[in-house]
Amino acid sequence: MFLDASGSSPMTNRALEAFQAGLADGWADPTRLHSESRRARQLLDGSREAIADALDARPEQVHLTASPHLGLERVIAGVFAARRGRGRIVASAVERDATLHAADYVSGGRLATVPVDRDGHVDIEALGAELADPDVALAAVQHGNHEIGTLQRLDRVHAATSAAAVPLIVDATASIGHVPAPERWDALVANPADWGGPQGIGVVALRPSTRWLPVWPEGDDWAPGGVSVPAALAAAVALQERLEQLDAVGARLGALIDHVRARATDWPGVDVVGDPAERLPHVVTFSCLYVDGEALLTRLDREGIAVGSGSACTTSTLEPSRVLASIGALSHGNVRLGLHPGVGEADIERFLALMPRILGDLRDEAGAPDLG
Amino acid sequence: MAEDRASGGDDASPSGAADVTIDATGLLCPLPIIELGRAARGRAPGTTITVVCTDVAARLDVPAWARMTGHEFVGETKTDGGAVALTVRLL
Repeated sequence: MFLDASGSSPMTNRALEAFQAGLADGWADPTRLHSESRRARQLLDGSREAIADALDARPEQVHLTASPHLGLERVIAGVFAARRGRGRIVASAVERDATLHAADYVSGGRLATVPVDRDGHVDIEALGAELADPDVALAAVQHGNHEIGTLQRLDRVHAATSAAAVPLIVDATASIGHVPAPERWDALVANPADWGGPQGIGVVALRPSTRWLPVWPEGDDWAPGGVSVPAALAAAVALQERLEQLDAVGARLGALIDHVRARATDWPGVDVVGDPAERLPHVVTFSCLYVDGEALLTRLDREGIAVGSGSACTTSTLEPSRVLASIGALSHGNVRLGLHPGVGEADIERFLALMPRILGDLRDEAGAPDLG
Repeated sequence: MAEDRASGGDDASPSGAADVTIDATGLLCPLPIIELGRAARGRAPGTTITVVCTDVAARLDVPAWARMTGHEFVGETKTDGGAVALTVRLL
């Protein structure tokens, strides 16, 4: 039972069939001139157009990349390069590591992170104060958070960045395919694997007014060495399938997560985090006091249940999740659920029935004090 | 284990409540917080408990513990040995 569909989700039959069709018909190098190549090129262009349509972007300004991580890096580097003479980057404190690392690197350490509130919403006043500095080259604020599910208020964020004439890069890698695409952005990054497409492909969209410069001396910044045609085709088909069911699946998974949030809140020593309403429908994180996150994941795995975690104890560095730290959440005993459309009520009920006993067992084993 | 690590339980503060220090150096999450929870059990309101930690996660977890259990996080100081001393007041 897979409840860790945040960043990667099982591929549906339609997406798998599209991938196979891409292998059968799109195996040729799409940049050459013969008919096999033209066929691959058609599949690639059609895929890009379908993805562009879903993002309400122009196909010629949608770039397919080797991964969403690479997309974040290249869009940050290229927008920064186009803003000559400006040296600082502003980002929310809950951005992905890929965003913050790229921003820190290209700005030579001149990255300012803007704090978030207890639910993970970026502090608009603090953002505005940072944007008042004319040296700011770009701002990066995500759409939905991959760990806690909170959706940023991008209308306000983009109003602030537009007022300062600073381009806004929106990381929508956790939200596209789950909620309607955001409208307010200057550059946007999406992750096909997160909506049930394949690994090995990312999407970057630019607005016509957004200036971007290549930073590599030759070749293609977005997809050095080319894009996988089967991956592009399967990504487009998977997105189409998700969008056809967006409202129905969103409502159903949203209700399941509401149910998890309500039940987990009643368990002793459990803190459910993230905005309860303005959130991705399929994601929730909660923290369990006095519980080792790795032991919890192992126990659930033994029961055949896969969940995610942001616990420090489950990372090799023992560094707590920056997202959880930013909202003041407990850094241990974290469980993150990411539901894919194949998850049903019976799956969630089984998980909910097991959790109190597992928490009790692990606390007893650790000699934790009573929470009663 | 809490009894071994907690010390100073008899020092009366001006309020009449005891001040307790826990040595949780070398312990990794969630053990420092478990020690804190054990040390807090049965103590009078007003007691301050200081946890001395080397685990970076404790700097987040001690304030979060206070919030979740209805106590007050007082603050943190660095110790000479490179550890962090995190103090809570029981309410």
